[in-house]
Amino acid sequence: MEGKGRPAILKEECTGCGACVEACPIGAIRMHDGLAQIDESCNLCGGCRDVCPSGAIRFPEEDREKQPAVAEHHHVWVFAEVRQGKLASVVPELLGAGRRLADQLGESLHAVVVTAPREEIYQQLFGYGADAVWQVEHELVFEGDEMARAAALCQLIRRERPAVVLFGATAMGRSLAPRIATRLKTGLTADCTGLEIDPETRLLRQIRPAFGGNIMAEILTKYRRPQMATVRPRVMKAPRFRPDSSGPIHHFVPAELDGGLTLEELVLEEVETVNLEDADIIVSGGRGLGDPRNFALLEELARLLGAAVGASRAAVDSGWIPYPHQVGQTGKTVAPKVYIAVGISGAIQHLVGMQSSDVIVAINKNPDAPIFKVATYGIVGDLFEVVPALIRQLKKMRGVT
Amino acid sequence: MHVVVCIKQVPEITEVSIDRRTNTLVREGVPSIINPFDMYAIEEGLRLKEAHGGTVSVISMGPPQVESSLKEAVAMGADRAVLLSDSRFAGADTLATAYTLAQGIRRLGQFDLVICGKQAIDGDTGQVGPGLAEELGIPHVTYVRRIRELGDGMLRVERMVEGGWELISTTLPALISVVKDINEPRLPSLKGIMRAKRTPVTVWGLEELGCDPQRVGLTGSATEVVRIWTPEPRESGELLQGDPEQQARQLVERLRGLGVI
Repeated sequence: MEGKGRPAILKEECTGCGACVEACPIGAIRMHDGLAQIDESCNLCGGCRDVCPSGAIRFPEEDREKQPAVAEHHHVWVFAEVRQGKLASVVPELLGAGRRLADQLGESLHAVVVTAPREEIYQQLFGYGADAVWQVEHELVFEGDEMARAAALCQLIRRERPAVVLFGATAMGRSLAPRIATRLKTGLTADCTGLEIDPETRLLRQIRPAFGGNIMAEILTKYRRPQMATVRPRVMKAPRFRPDSSGPIHHFVPAELDGGLTLEELVLEEVETVNLEDADIIVSGGRGLGDPRNFALLEELARLLGAAVGASRAAVDSGWIPYPHQVGQTGKTVAPKVYIAVGISGAIQHLVGMQSSDVIVAINKNPDAPIFKVATYGIVGDLFEVVPALIRQLKKMRGVT
Repeated sequence: MHVVVCIKQVPEITEVSIDRRTNTLVREGVPSIINPFDMYAIEEGLRLKEAHGGTVSVISMGPPQVESSLKEAVAMGADRAVLLSDSRFAGADTLATAYTLAQGIRRLGQFDLVICGKQAIDGDTGQVGPGLAEELGIPHVTYVRRIRELGDGMLRVERMVEGGWELISTTLPALISVVKDINEPRLPSLKGIMRAKRTPVTVWGLEELGCDPQRVGLTGSATEVVRIWTPEPRESGELLQGDPEQQARQLVERLRGLGVI
């Protein structure tokens, strides 16, 4: 330990490569006799530790605890996930939530992009409320290596010190966010359904369900920064798009990054029917369908409604439909505008995966099925009569014959 | 090949209730199970051992009663069971949990692969796996539905993502979290149950792990739960009457009225 409040250089490990000198955002590191030396102006941002190839920079634990000076963190950041060249549907929703938080704080809203630069993505980000965009630029990051993405985002967050960082609870967000939060030694709250700023403490109040929605909890990250949270798609409302908005685009070229993963291939399946997380309407089938072929009936209904097709565990375990369609405890948790449960009795393991849907429709021949307890509209009847009738009604409404 | 499987003991969710007076979870008398996703992690570890040889260690953090879940994993075929248990570990959030598990895994010695379930059914965060990988300084892949190749210091897996799957390769050691699609967990054999009875569970506390007391349990947690409550139950719904044609027409009218179709 060289001095109080400064990281130590391990003399045996330091090779004098100078990577830390480059990485230090405030010029607090110099080379002296072939060894790095850190002066008193060090703000313990940790950027040097991330780039040191020989692990020669040690942050004492007690200093790391104190590192994030809470008051020195400003602005709300949103991770702008782009999939196959398109902005993920959760991003406008996050920008809507982030805008509110930034306004409550009297600060600004920034979006961070880790995919290759694209003008139309920037336009969307500004149009949905971002004040500024951060574009991370690195080949590994563009190629989809999540380890490189996490490392680059850590560098940027340490340098810029946002107060709040929001991620979509997507496959990518739920992989990156915990990796980043752990490296930054800060708090991360998963699947928030409510986010607001406490006017007195200026802390981010994070509300989330636990135990399959049976309880709600309010969570605070009081002493570490940034305050990080993930939000599921469709939970927050996307703001109205304002086409002529614009703002500054900051480019960030990370210091040396170690790759971790190679994304060799992406295989897309029938996106319309299986992408349950993004669907406004889901039509789900259960044991009551009786036969895998009867899923064709649900698919027809789903096509008419522009819906995705879900299933209960019973239907998946019987091999009637593949696992990505499963809704419930060991499948996906969904909250569409409309959830239509067909021939699903409603075991608790299924209910925890869909009971936050806005409108629930249950079609079942057993009037005592537990699904009716959570249903907004219930139809007690034979699904093989009700679903075809529904299809006829919808065709009539749409003018399809 | 040394595979480490992380498991969590969770309450059976069908049995959870809330004490309305204190607003805390009533856990007494609630049966505990191995987190369902972790069953797939255990099974995958056992299959890798069967294919490549080596050992499977199973590790958990929690109170002493978690021993029963670890014994269950041994009965399925795990070679070694370790419980990280210390009153100072209590109240850990995912950050403190990842740190403590990492200390435990380091103490186990060299390893090739760490397997976790996708998430636990009580907290539902899925954060400990990636956090643990970060603490261990190894790469991670989430939502793995199939291991295609493992060996020569590398791993190739299929990962579930929105609307499809990715083929991802990485170097070992690594951490993966697995989904239900990956396998069908076996039941413990009679021989396994007998072996589990004879196999002691190793218990390590803060000192054995050389943990920094500032980084474990409530003290080491970055997040703080300040309030819990039960959500309002859903309002009771409307049963649509009439013959199927009438029921269908009413439903379409209602949904149109709400502007959702």
